[in-house]
Amino acid sequence: MIPAGWFFAVAAILFGLGVTAFFVRRDLPTQFLAVEIMLNAANLAFLALAKPASAAAAQTIVLFIITVAAAEAAVGLAVILVVFRRRKSVRSEDLRILKG
Amino acid sequence: MDASWLIPLAPGLSAFLLIIFGRSLSRRLVTWLACGSVAVAFSFSLLSALRLRAAAGSVPYPARILLSWIRAGDFRADISFRFDPLAAVMVLVVTGVGLLIHVYSTGYMAREKGYARYFAALNLFTFSMLILVLASNFILMFVGWEGVGLCSYLLIGFWFEKPAAAKAGMKAFLVNRIGDAGFLLGILVLLFAVGSAEFSAVDQAVSGGAIAKSTATLAALLLFAGATGKSAQIPLHVWLPDAMEGPTPVSALIHAATMVTAGVYMVARMNALYAFSGTAAGVVAAVGAFTAVFAATIALVQNDIKRILAYSTISQLGYMFLGCGVGAYAAGIFHLVTHAFFKSLLFLAAGSVMHALSGELDIRRMGGLRHRLPLTYTAFLIGTLAIAGIPLFSGFFSKDAILSAAYAGGHRLLWAAGLLGAVLTAFYMFRLVFLAFHGGERTTPEVRDRIHESPSSMTVPLLILSGLAAMAGWIGIPAVLGEKADLLRRFLAPVIPVIRTPHAGSSSEWFLILTATSAAGLGLGLAWLFYQRWPGLPARFAAWCPGLHKILLKSYGVDEIYQAVLVRPLVGASELTYRRFDLGLIDGAVNGAGAATRFAGRLAASLQTGRIKDYALGFLLGTTIFLAWILL
Repeated sequence: MIPAGWFFAVAAILFGLGVTAFFVRRDLPTQFLAVEIMLNAANLAFLALAKPASAAAAQTIVLFIITVAAAEAAVGLAVILVVFRRRKSVRSEDLRILKG
Repeated sequence: MDASWLIPLAPGLSAFLLIIFGRSLSRRLVTWLACGSVAVAFSFSLLSALRLRAAAGSVPYPARILLSWIRAGDFRADISFRFDPLAAVMVLVVTGVGLLIHVYSTGYMAREKGYARYFAALNLFTFSMLILVLASNFILMFVGWEGVGLCSYLLIGFWFEKPAAAKAGMKAFLVNRIGDAGFLLGILVLLFAVGSAEFSAVDQAVSGGAIAKSTATLAALLLFAGATGKSAQIPLHVWLPDAMEGPTPVSALIHAATMVTAGVYMVARMNALYAFSGTAAGVVAAVGAFTAVFAATIALVQNDIKRILAYSTISQLGYMFLGCGVGAYAAGIFHLVTHAFFKSLLFLAAGSVMHALSGELDIRRMGGLRHRLPLTYTAFLIGTLAIAGIPLFSGFFSKDAILSAAYAGGHRLLWAAGLLGAVLTAFYMFRLVFLAFHGGERTTPEVRDRIHESPSSMTVPLLILSGLAAMAGWIGIPAVLGEKADLLRRFLAPVIPVIRTPHAGSSSEWFLILTATSAAGLGLGLAWLFYQRWPGLPARFAAWCPGLHKILLKSYGVDEIYQAVLVRPLVGASELTYRRFDLGLIDGAVNGAGAATRFAGRLAASLQTGRIKDYALGFLLGTTIFLAWILL
């Protein structure tokens, strides 16, 4: 059986990749994917910790997160589509109208 | 049934109606409402006074509590009236003279735009004055005291479009405020010392020795400060001459007959306190005597008919205080009554002259009016004879009562001052008569063409007041002329014990009557010499000592002194605090707070770049720091 620590290490690596991707890439869809990866890293960490404690609640929460993430992905992609239609660009540097 | 508590009701109700609905009522209705309410009050006063006279001396005049007003711990103040002989005299004067002046006003003010507003204020004044004299405690008296002050302000500034009138109203209000502060402090001292604001409680504390002499003096002097404000005594007399900016009937009612005598009434009401203190009574007498002479000298050279009468009022009020100060409280009240008649008569007659001459006030542009205004002339002459103290007219008896009390009390200096004042009074009043009504006509032709005698609504009150001014003195005939003839003093005896006025012997009584008569004669003779026999004499006199003439013409420059010593430094200091403190500190602090917030906002706004990555970085950093803090 694979020890929980390994799962945890994978989750950490995934999260780090997500963060790096978010800061390195400049187009919104990829950054969006990076966020999704971070989300799934968190899911994995959840499960890795829940297994030895055999906590059913943690697994329930993970199911919830997947559901919410699906909804969020739908909304997020729709927003990105609308942004592209209006501004003909998905580069996140171009979207700075909220500057104070 | 005792109806005395109903007296203020009708004028109060009418004032209320006129204030609320006055604009929409017809003039006829306003006239009937205003005059009718005072007539009702007068008939109630008359009934109550007759009832009081029938029950003379047998009752201790209980205070009638109408409403309990303030009750806090041991302190209580009620809306309660006491109708005793002193209140009866005052109420009769206020409603009687008030009624005549209301009727006169319907003629005098007939063409005014603010007809209803005028009568609303006049009725409110009557109401407040009645509260003042009927109150059985200081707290309620103070309400009336302030009420009459308010109405005085409103009526002086009746023609508020005229800057001088608005300013005069303000001045009267401010000067009275100074006196009223003293009055209020006096009430507080009595409250602390006696524990009650009821007049009867104060009297009991004085007679029972429950109050220290020094406390009594302090309270009496503070109360007198209020009286100097309301009754225009030195040093707070400056508002009364300016108050002549108001309509003439107002000058007659408020600034001659009733309101300005409130101070005298208060001192007479508190006679036990003043007599007990001694020092305070001395101060009252000295201030009164000094004011009597001081104001009379100013009146000698004035040329404005109403200003002469105003200074004359100040001087006569001084006489009343002189009487009270030497212990002859009844004589002070006696002079108050006669003065109310002859001075309101003089004012109303002066108003009739102004009415005839299209508003002319300067006696240098009058002259020879006796043929054109015979009725007004007769009324004015009777008023003059009364105020000058010509025997058998009312002023003679009341002035004699005061002077003989001063003499009999051993106050020779005060007596001499009073006598000097009597000479001056006769002089300036007959100067006024000779200049305005005798000699050649100095009116301008266009004014002369329109001279007419006043309507009957004005002349009838003049006639009635003439009768009163001539005969009112007969209620106080000195003892030497008839046993038990001084009706007023005997009527007032339950409130003002007679013992406090020592009697001179019969021979010195005759001596006093003789000196008072010759003083009046001297003043009359001098005025005749100056203004009838040798009309060039006054100008030569003025040229002989121009400094004195100028000082008198400027009323001793008291206004200028106040302006320089009080008003200008005060305005300067307020200007300074306004610039430095208000604009500098307060506004600086407020604006500074705003500027600081804006600056902080601008700083914080630079964090909001609009770039998603910056936010994410901040988020990452924050989470990392937070986690590190939890884990380590």
